[in-house]
Amino acid sequence: MPVDVRLPNILRPAAGGQATVEATGETVGEVFDDLIRQHPGLREQLLTPEGDIHRHLNIFLNDDDIRYLGKLDAKVGESDTLTLMPAVAGG
Amino acid sequence: MFGSRWAGLVGGTTSHGTLGAVLVLGKNLLDQVVCHCLDGYPLEACGLLAGSLEAGGTARITGLYPTENAAASARIYEVDPRGMLRADRDAEAQGVQIVGVYHSHTHTDAKPSPTDIDQAPDPDWRYVLVSLRDLHPSVRSWQIQDGKITEEPVVLE
Repeated sequence: MPVDVRLPNILRPAAGGQATVEATGETVGEVFDDLIRQHPGLREQLLTPEGDIHRHLNIFLNDDDIRYLGKLDAKVGESDTLTLMPAVAGG
Repeated sequence: MFGSRWAGLVGGTTSHGTLGAVLVLGKNLLDQVVCHCLDGYPLEACGLLAGSLEAGGTARITGLYPTENAAASARIYEVDPRGMLRADRDAEAQGVQIVGVYHSHTHTDAKPSPTDIDQAPDPDWRYVLVSLRDLHPSVRSWQIQDGKITEEPVVLE
């Protein structure tokens, strides 16, 4: 089912400048697959070569961090919103 | 609360930064940044800067989102992800955006560390460092792009 994927500024150039992209899938992983199909330039910024979520990203399914929902296996529902945020850290 | 107490502690008065790049914020916001960092001591404190990035390189800070340091460390910081989400939503609702981050260095200069440079999330952001090493805090603002740092002047309004 279609969900809105909200992108942080740093990822928007790879998505044609769009702040929000509609993508389809039953899980976060499937939504990412569709997102990457639409915008192949996002692949290396979203996923590691092993297919895991890039460590520089935090991803929320509505208000919940997907790390606690099964990560890429987290199921998405109609009208859900995935929000991608940069991980902000340093020292 | 502190008026211009911190005004003399703001660095970046020379033009090291990218041509035209400057950080503008109100004295009250500077007070809040420094106070948050002092309150967090002996751990590093962190928060998000909201405002706008203007043509010509000016970053105009109009609001702050002090956040929890999820790392709870005197040497590293991690903006709590949920805090980042709330800040981003609130900034959008107010018609501004998150344009940078501030954090404290408890025992080193107000200059990005190798860790700061390696983990800088956005080349368009501004990185405000507050050093608590000395009796009086010092505040400096930086851009971090392609592994390189450039300091920018801080203009207080």
